[in-house]
Amino acid sequence: MSQISSIQRVEFQDRVRTALNDVNLQRAMAKAKSGFVDKRLEAKNALPEFDQIRDAARDIKDHVLSNLDTYLELYEEKVIENGGHVHWARDAEEACSIIAEICKASGARTVTKGKSMVSEEMYLNPALEAVGMEVVETDLGEYIVQLAGETPSHIIAPAVHKTREQITDLFHEHHSPLGYTDRVTQREALVNEARSVLRERFVSADVGITGANFLVAETGANVIVTNEGNGDLTSSLPKVHIVTAGIEKVIPSLEDLSVLLRVLARSATGQEFSAYTSIYSGPRRPEDGEGPEAYHVVLLDNGRSRMLGGDYQSMLRCIRCGACLNHCPVYGAIGGHAYGWIYPGPMGSVLTPLLNGFDSAVDLPNACTLNGRCKEVCPVRIPLSDLLLKHRTEQHERKLTSATSRWILNGWAWLVRRPRFYQAVMAIPLWTMNRVSRGSGGLRWIPFARGWTNTRDFPVPSRKSFLRQWHSKEKGHE
Amino acid sequence: MGISIVIVILMKIHQSNSPVTVGLFVTCLADLIRPQVAFAAVSLLENAQCEVRVPRGQSCCGQPALNSGDRANSIEIAKQVITEFSDMDYVVVPSGSCADTLKNKYPALFTKDMHWARRAQTLADKTWELTKFLYEKIGLKEIDATLDGVCTYHDSCTGLRELSIYEQPRELLKQVKGLRLKELKDSNVCCGFGGLFSLKYPDISTHLVSDKCTEICNSDADMVLGGDLGCLLNIAGRLRRDNKKARVFHIAEVLAGMTDGPAIGEPEESE
Repeated sequence: MSQISSIQRVEFQDRVRTALNDVNLQRAMAKAKSGFVDKRLEAKNALPEFDQIRDAARDIKDHVLSNLDTYLELYEEKVIENGGHVHWARDAEEACSIIAEICKASGARTVTKGKSMVSEEMYLNPALEAVGMEVVETDLGEYIVQLAGETPSHIIAPAVHKTREQITDLFHEHHSPLGYTDRVTQREALVNEARSVLRERFVSADVGITGANFLVAETGANVIVTNEGNGDLTSSLPKVHIVTAGIEKVIPSLEDLSVLLRVLARSATGQEFSAYTSIYSGPRRPEDGEGPEAYHVVLLDNGRSRMLGGDYQSMLRCIRCGACLNHCPVYGAIGGHAYGWIYPGPMGSVLTPLLNGFDSAVDLPNACTLNGRCKEVCPVRIPLSDLLLKHRTEQHERKLTSATSRWILNGWAWLVRRPRFYQAVMAIPLWTMNRVSRGSGGLRWIPFARGWTNTRDFPVPSRKSFLRQWHSKEKGHE
Repeated sequence: MGISIVIVILMKIHQSNSPVTVGLFVTCLADLIRPQVAFAAVSLLENAQCEVRVPRGQSCCGQPALNSGDRANSIEIAKQVITEFSDMDYVVVPSGSCADTLKNKYPALFTKDMHWARRAQTLADKTWELTKFLYEKIGLKEIDATLDGVCTYHDSCTGLRELSIYEQPRELLKQVKGLRLKELKDSNVCCGFGGLFSLKYPDISTHLVSDKCTEICNSDADMVLGGDLGCLLNIAGRLRRDNKKARVFHIAEVLAGMTDGPAIGEPEESE
């Protein structure tokens, strides 16, 4: 077990180093950093009751999670009533095979996709390509990431790690064969080029797959929120629409939806409302002019039901707004890919070990300063930093941490619990450091603390600890 | 009836005359690395008519164990601190994160032990971070300190988010003669210290403290102040390595007028 964790630790530290040395990534992240934060704050300040709405949003999600079975069954009933189909997938593999079967049965060749993190969780694209489908991502960020052969690095801004120059290069490489031979560099021109390439894909697609921001139990509808309208074209143009969603996405009613939407966009992008908020409730009815002929919902468990009723249940409140990523200094420094799986940032560091196994990502809960900014901004008040600490406790109890670190911790705690002896023992490093530093104020090298001293001086401790000074003074008075 | 009223009044008079006893939780970093922070805290509290006591049986609040998920050791350390400070009226801590440990983390450790849960809560209820205590509890109005220069302030994460410490240090600093506060951009963003984090993930930690130091330099302030030594050691260590000019002090040192000597990480003056 500890061997596994040490291997992964090296991998994580390697990914971190690569990310920190990646000039393009650092440029892109620096540019994105304050934008999200400032805009959210502006949106929050413009709505005085924002915090009360957050409480209400939390309560709605908590209520659903306490009655999840009821709402899921109600939702399924409504979807069927509307003429749709509901499929239950225990894990990623099952979900992929259900979706592949639907595609094959409808004779599909081309599949368009709206942005869906749950489909990333399933590894859906490679699974569909393996059965001969051409899969086209239609969210601009996802499209960029797909062209680059990568995965999203942010749950709402998949290509946030790319600079405009990199996107120019990618488009030039992939669009030239389609007749777009001019090298476009401006933001608007890039968007227009992607739009016209994608437009043809929308029209020719046989199946459209979208995620869902919410599933509404009372109507059997799925709700998607986008800024590009790609989700709508993916949902309504192909003859088959497949919705993929985690089981925690269900909410009771449209009334509840209005509460959650008010915190979602504000937390995510600082918008009051996203440009497109669309509600789909099944296949085309006889009186409808357009819409898909078939409507399927694939509900994914993949470890979520295990979280119900446990210490981490509050994580299932997550509405995937990305605010915790945007406010996390560590995410801002290393970007999403360094986290190693599709969910990055604080929400990913909590979720990844829960969905993939506690020993799968030992570093993630530890690679956090516990600064609490994630918890502060979460629209549904998930105590993210507390959950990360809970993970650390879990790791310690399962002995997933290294034996050396536990040994050091025990030795240190033994000493700390004997204050007088501790004072005597600590006098030794104090004396040594003072000798070595020769009044320079800062040490440039300390054994076993090179992580610190490689890049920082260590301010030289006092010659005599406060407690020793204080108590010898007190004795002097007596 | 009459006698009991007299007794009650006499007791009140007695209470109001006997100074409040404040137990100083020194914190291990102030104790070992920057004792002047603790001396400054004592001076500020004594000037505010508190009777300061420094229990000998203290060392560390246990954050390294707590933040490593080591509950067993955390519980033992917590019990020791709770016992050591049990007969104080107040416990004052010159650090937001250590104060938060006593105030919010200890009670959560004893979910199954009602006796200790109650004792932990008693300690929690009387524990204060230094600037919060001086500003909110004492209502300190006059500070006899002078420091000429422009300072900027780093808001340490735990104090800011768990204890709502933001205006208290700023209000107190307004009373220091000659001092001008210039706000730091992203003052509420982590400096990358994070305790053991800075040793376990030094690359990320360095990136964050570099960002912090860039903002400090951009602010053109002569000094950067803060309420948590962990952050200040990290910031001072990085500034010194990069040969940057900004001086680093704990706010207690500034408020107590103890800024004549070397700032954190600076060479001794005799050299």
